[in-house]
Amino acid sequence: MPISRTLAVTLSAVALAALSQFAAAADQPVIGLITKTETNPFFVKMKEGATAAAKAQNVKLLTAAGKQDGDNAGQVTAIENMMAAGAKTILITPSDAKAIVPAIKKARDKGVMVIALDSPTDPLEAVDALFATDNYKAGALIGQYAKASLGGKPARIATLDLFPGHPVGAQRHNGFLKGFGLAANPATSNELSKPAEVVCMADSFGDQAKGQTAMENCLQKNPDINLVYTINEPAAAGAYKALKAAGKEKDVLIVSVDGGCQGVKDVAAGKIAATSQQYPLKMASMGVDAGVQYAKTGKKVAGYTDTGVTLIAGKVVPGVDSKDAQTGLNLCWGKK
Amino acid sequence: MKDWTRHLPPMAILGPLLALLAASAFFATQADNFLSGQNFSLILQQVMVVGLLAIGQTLIILTAGIDLSCGMVMALGSIVMTKLATEMGLHPLLAMLLGIGATTAFGLLNGLLVTRIKLPPFIVTLGTMNIAFAITQIYSGAQTITDLPEAMTFLGDPIMILGTPVAGGVLVMLALYAMVWFALSHTAPGRHLYAVGNNREAARLTGISTERVLLTVYALAGTFYGIAALLSVARTGVGDPQAGQTENLDSITAVVLGGTSLFGGRGIIVGTLIGALIVGVFRNGLTLMGVSSVYQILITGILVILAVATDQLSHKRA
Repeated sequence: MPISRTLAVTLSAVALAALSQFAAAADQPVIGLITKTETNPFFVKMKEGATAAAKAQNVKLLTAAGKQDGDNAGQVTAIENMMAAGAKTILITPSDAKAIVPAIKKARDKGVMVIALDSPTDPLEAVDALFATDNYKAGALIGQYAKASLGGKPARIATLDLFPGHPVGAQRHNGFLKGFGLAANPATSNELSKPAEVVCMADSFGDQAKGQTAMENCLQKNPDINLVYTINEPAAAGAYKALKAAGKEKDVLIVSVDGGCQGVKDVAAGKIAATSQQYPLKMASMGVDAGVQYAKTGKKVAGYTDTGVTLIAGKVVPGVDSKDAQTGLNLCWGKK
Repeated sequence: MKDWTRHLPPMAILGPLLALLAASAFFATQADNFLSGQNFSLILQQVMVVGLLAIGQTLIILTAGIDLSCGMVMALGSIVMTKLATEMGLHPLLAMLLGIGATTAFGLLNGLLVTRIKLPPFIVTLGTMNIAFAITQIYSGAQTITDLPEAMTFLGDPIMILGTPVAGGVLVMLALYAMVWFALSHTAPGRHLYAVGNNREAARLTGISTERVLLTVYALAGTFYGIAALLSVARTGVGDPQAGQTENLDSITAVVLGGTSLFGGRGIIVGTLIGALIVGVFRNGLTLMGVSSVYQILITGILVILAVATDQLSHKRA
């Protein structure tokens, strides 16, 4: 017993010493960044962007994240801790658009400026401002591209979606169908449209292995699928693996959204026909800039700022504006 | 030891098998394209990773333990082997062995904590689950490892058997199930494992080194997680730090559906394979029917409760 107690005391001391180096210097403005997870490359890159911007502007940046996508409680705790640490601006990518709202309200009532990055809150007005990709537009771009690529051929579409009830997943899915010229719900809807051309819908959870399983099952359901929409590029990579195993990778068009470096490389290699690229670094640095401005002048930012989306395609198709993979690689996030 | 067969009634395998057949019959009538050799080969391929994790999980649950860390340990193994093979330029075979070595070491760590410090397996593996996850993220920088040498992924390639393509990894999985089945039912160490799971004190008094049995089981489970990592890498073609996040609970689901008792000492390894197949059949069949993934999760939950309830009731009666 005494040994384990000594051990526990020692460990606590070590932990405290390690933590103390994170204490903020009093004169610097403090900005908090709360992402959905620490492990998704998109958020890793967003954190890198914020860290670089914070260093350049001499601000103290605190970061935290939920344990996994959908971990609202973890994000609430992070907001509380950051307020305790004196953050005057909090940047957050809400895991749960609705559930995070009361915690954000508490922070704003205390004079903290809260900016949502990447994903909106529900309602949108729960935060001071939103810096994000227009996901419906991102979907529409690859929809238009797919339509032009297929020419007049009848489409038999598989959609590898995120998971039920996620607004980003619904916006990309419905935007894609809209861009393709099919009947689709508007951007405000959380329901996935399913016109007759969609012969298989499956959830990939944005994960490569699950995307592969979903595609295998969709091919089993309908071997004649000739167009695959994927929520992101890991799911697209899984779909490609499944198509290749079935010997169909040449006949099936895969389109995706995200623009991560690996995804853009897959576009260059012809595995993915086109992807809509979004810009997490820009979201983060704009957020830090806004926080610095608020600390200096007391002026808050407001409203929605579209951080832009670019169609990156392997082949140019007439009538659709796109950039090549090299351009995408210069602007991509993740490991180049 | 004399009575160990009493605890392995062939009935134990019957329930899961009937459930698998019933589910298959249901989907055969509801979904086109379900009933084909090619689709079954597909389902096998889809469950091979969880199926392998579940071998290790079964061994541990037979000792009345549990392993929450298996999915994360597998992810660690897949990152270690792919990073060594690509960035360090090691020979693929050596990289794979070192990856399996890493997961075995992690299993051994679990075993040491359980036997030497006498911590409950649930708590030990809850801790090591987080440790393995964190090490994986730090070591990989949360980045997927790509451009793997062909030698690391050939187990994902199909081999033609009776005109049906079967992934090489599926054969590995089936062979390992056969080996473990033989070891558990026909060798002395297998009998010792059941004895320890049934009643640790009684096993100790009959002269079995319970500590050594437990250490071996945990380390061996780690080895199986390493082979699972190899299959996962072969299947997806990448080292994925995000892998294994749901597989730890999926493996427990497979074990429970397969009729192995969470109280230890009772269960047949083949049941675990059937349990994994039940989940795979539902996932495949419901997708073919066009049913959303939340229903797949719902049904899996109901099946687990049913399986444990059956076990609980039969345990009381016994």
